[in-house]
Amino acid sequence: MRSSLIIVGFFILGSLLGYFGVVPTSFLEGDISFYALGALMFCVGVSLGSDPETLKSFKKINPRLLLLPLLTIVGTLVGAAIVSIFLPERSAIDSMAVGSGLGYYSLSSIFITEFKGAELGTIALLSNISRELLALLLAPLFVKYFGKLAPISAGGATTMDTTLPIIMKFSGKEFMVLSVFHGFVTDLSVPFLVTLFCSI
Amino acid sequence: MLLGIGVGYIFRKKNLSFISKVITVLIWILLFVLGLEVGSNPQIVSNLGKLGLDALIITLGALLGSITLAALLWKFVNKTKAQ
Repeated sequence: MRSSLIIVGFFILGSLLGYFGVVPTSFLEGDISFYALGALMFCVGVSLGSDPETLKSFKKINPRLLLLPLLTIVGTLVGAAIVSIFLPERSAIDSMAVGSGLGYYSLSSIFITEFKGAELGTIALLSNISRELLALLLAPLFVKYFGKLAPISAGGATTMDTTLPIIMKFSGKEFMVLSVFHGFVTDLSVPFLVTLFCSI
Repeated sequence: MLLGIGVGYIFRKKNLSFISKVITVLIWILLFVLGLEVGSNPQIVSNLGKLGLDALIITLGALLGSITLAALLWKFVNKTKAQ
């Protein structure tokens, strides 16, 4: 819990500094987040590769658990379509387009802004950020009431980077490989799904 | 990431425990930068309330849908293990 709060704290600190213009926006024009993400993927790779036990466990994933990414996508789309009933200004398709970001806020919001305008793009950004934040904060609750796969499913496309440490902490280190596999598959599906729901 | 796996495998006998600390710090940087992007965009800040509510409702639907299916799969996997 403490590590989740520190992470959220960094986000809030960044928001405040950005809002009050303490940090010049030219800072954002560089590819800092791209390189940080690249470095992050490299480090996750190093920690994977340096642990032969984990590599062996890759082959030992229960074949049924390979279904998890598909269930995450289907569950997300059905859930997003159902709640659009409560959103008179948004169609079910718009809601599913936002949902199909699967927590990958940068890419999905850029795509949706391009196809559907800045308003839905902003919703996509906020929705997918909040998905990631809720996946980080609520991981212990998800494990308790929905089982050890729930934090992985909740994390969507983020389970091979930002939410990975939290999943390993609350579901167990043995779920690392499944989590990376899940993140990899859902990550790849985001551009396709978002484009699909924007073009319907 | 594949490059990282290769490097990690080569140095697997060395002490790589610092890597998890590097991962934590990188996550901090990424979320800090994201916060900067949101905070410095006036269009997002001024509509935050209404758009945020819509976004949150979609998120809750998406989360509930996906974790419900995850719970079903978890039950199914444990059942077949027990048999």
